[in-house]
Amino acid sequence: MRVMLVDDSRTIRNIQKNVLAQLGHTDILEAGDGVEALALLEKTASDSSKPELILIDWNMPNMDGITLVRKIRETDKVTPLIMCTTEAQKDRVIEAIKAGVNNYVVKPFNVESLAEKIDQTMAKVAAG
Amino acid sequence: MDVRLINPFVQSVKRVFETMVHVKMNVGKPFLKGDRVCSADVSGIIGFSGDAAGCVVLSFANDVACKAASQFACTEIDGNHPDFADAIGELANMVAGNAKKEFADLNIQISLPSVVIGKQFVVSNSNTTPRIVIPCTCELGEIIVEVAMELGTINEERKAATAVAGANS
Repeated sequence: MRVMLVDDSRTIRNIQKNVLAQLGHTDILEAGDGVEALALLEKTASDSSKPELILIDWNMPNMDGITLVRKIRETDKVTPLIMCTTEAQKDRVIEAIKAGVNNYVVKPFNVESLAEKIDQTMAKVAAG
Repeated sequence: MDVRLINPFVQSVKRVFETMVHVKMNVGKPFLKGDRVCSADVSGIIGFSGDAAGCVVLSFANDVACKAASQFACTEIDGNHPDFADAIGELANMVAGNAKKEFADLNIQISLPSVVIGKQFVVSNSNTTPRIVIPCTCELGEIIVEVAMELGTINEERKAATAVAGANS
């Protein structure tokens, strides 16, 4: 499975990559903000290698995560999106779900909880 | 010193370091800081805006910062590593973000992290906002969490509105 990680912290992307590798997913695309992510999505859409799962941080420079989610959902209602952020307030979680995320992970996270959310999200999508 | 402003940071720093750095954090008694100078080698800074103004600063000696960054990133990181500042900034981000959720009735935004490498700098915001130091120790060494936070006038208006609504119910 190809996974895209969108986070301005390379440390967080590396931690996420380690978790995904443990789950057997090593085909990873990385972006440092929403603008980079959209450019990468446009590029991969044209060569049919778009990601099957996207993890998105909320607070990022240039374009934040919630804006990115809304932009993606304008054209793509299917690709599973997981928000992975320090934003833990209930109204933020509701806002993200309304914008179209499939799951929500609050930082700090441990490896097990992130792995569980990824598995849970993919299982739900597979079940339709 | 308003403990309602401090306790969220105490809980947050414990949670973040235990979950992401895998160390148990012991928190000492918070105290008011007399000056505005940060004397540690490495500091991660997050600003607050919206219903609160101010900042939180996480400060480390260089060796402690390297050990914390390495355990956080699960790889050896020294002061010259390209991810060193990123890791320290992200730890500060998590401490601020996690504390923020405890202020559920307030609309607070947090800034992107800034990292200062070098001693004797001043974080300059309000001169009147009290600066509270939360001294923390763990097996890596000492970590100082400094909080300067003031609730805005909008919050006072909201508190007053809530009190009126409560009195009328």
